[in-house]
Amino acid sequence: MTQFGQREAWIRELLAEAGQACLDDAGVEGSEVEHLYVSNMASGEFEGQTGIANAVAHDLNAIPAYTARIDQTSSSGGAGVYSAWQSVASGASDLTMLVGGEKMTHRSTAEATDVIASLTHPAEYKHGVTLPSFAGLTARRYLHVHDAPRESLAKVAVKNHKNGVDNPHAQFQKEVDLETVMESPIIADPLRLYDFCPITDGSAALMFCPESVAAEYTDDYVTVAGIGGATDTHVVHERADPTVMGGVVDSGEEAYEMAGLGPEDIDMAELHDMFTILEFLQSEGLGFFEPGEGWKAIDEGVTDRDGELPINTSGGLKSKGHPLGASGVAQIYEVYQQLMGTAGPRQVKAETGLACNVGGFGNCVITTILEASQ
Amino acid sequence: MSDADSGESTDQPAMEAARYPDGSILYPSHPVGPDGNEPVETVDLSEYTATLITWTSSTATPPGVRQPNHLGIVEFDVEGEPVRAIGQLTTDDVEIGDTVEAVYAEELREPGAGIREPESQAWDGYQFQPVE
Repeated sequence: MTQFGQREAWIRELLAEAGQACLDDAGVEGSEVEHLYVSNMASGEFEGQTGIANAVAHDLNAIPAYTARIDQTSSSGGAGVYSAWQSVASGASDLTMLVGGEKMTHRSTAEATDVIASLTHPAEYKHGVTLPSFAGLTARRYLHVHDAPRESLAKVAVKNHKNGVDNPHAQFQKEVDLETVMESPIIADPLRLYDFCPITDGSAALMFCPESVAAEYTDDYVTVAGIGGATDTHVVHERADPTVMGGVVDSGEEAYEMAGLGPEDIDMAELHDMFTILEFLQSEGLGFFEPGEGWKAIDEGVTDRDGELPINTSGGLKSKGHPLGASGVAQIYEVYQQLMGTAGPRQVKAETGLACNVGGFGNCVITTILEASQ
Repeated sequence: MSDADSGESTDQPAMEAARYPDGSILYPSHPVGPDGNEPVETVDLSEYTATLITWTSSTATPPGVRQPNHLGIVEFDVEGEPVRAIGQLTTDDVEIGDTVEAVYAEELREPGAGIREPESQAWDGYQFQPVE
């Protein structure tokens, strides 16, 4: 993956940078790639560059590979993982590359927020509803219903910033303390600046193939044990319980079933903490904790790097940054590193890891479970 | 029509929700409901009051949107059938559980200032204000 943060490179260059690094790491020539998927939400809207799958294929010499751009908003990366896995599982491809990326920081916060908010239903968009405002609405309801302290959300930011210090690719490699989070400016009451991920440029890439093909290149790889994708309502307020993300629950169940595993088998997880409240909703929706109990886990240190179930050892979207189309790919990269034992100072003991990538405000979700190879 | 004392009692469109064969009512309406069937009738939610489920006050607003933008999710009770809606609040002096009514606004945000094509959707609608 590339350095995440404010980059001078434009989308095509970012994607090519991560893609070439992946090819080099895997010892694969671009021309050997049979399928190339490019996860990206909005290069046309952000930069005026369309047709990026073909553009990247040319830059990586991945010709004549089948290429397609995968857009599932914030979960474009996870959807790319799904497509890449599907291409190999179906037998359509023996060597599939996935590159995800986004170029955002050249836009103002208001403009970038609007590009992302354009995924909303007209009945939401006309009121000026944004993704951060959904987070504020949900956080207030969660704290109210579950009688959770406001500080528990701030602790998610503190934890993930602490983890990000040891991630050289992270946008913010610095700790923040509870007081700083709690006194930062209000963005969507009751949420404050440090409850939100930043706007980020960056790219990440992965290579997929059958195990028989992997053996030709390396002894070191991880396997996709299970994957699930699910959709929830476009109109967010129509969901039965505002503090439950149905897409997380459904995609998680699908992934667990395919893997023959349950939440108790997961050693570490990368969750989509675009907003601090989302870490609670996902950790509950995936069955790590009972509904309404996710906030207690962070209070008790369960999800710390040295806790029982480390969550977001990479620093999460919160600290690492959230280049939309790259995030789901970078989540898998972190799980891959943890299972390979190459996470350096971030290393935890893990043989099975999970990544949950959320699009919209839970509108589309991809959950993936990886296992270390034997 | 709403009994809101806005002084603009004429030419206000209904706050139109759709009732489906299974009895559920959705706002906004959709081509098919949860049971897969087309709607059977419309309901004007502005004739009812609602309860505030949650709210926020957003300070980081997109182009053409007021700042701060107070937003709420409310739940109407239409003869026993709960119907949720999202919309701007007229004030942030509210609490979860407050009773609100729908008041019409001709323009909720400035069409054309944001990324969405101005002609592609409506820009008027209903805000919510506390009753009493």
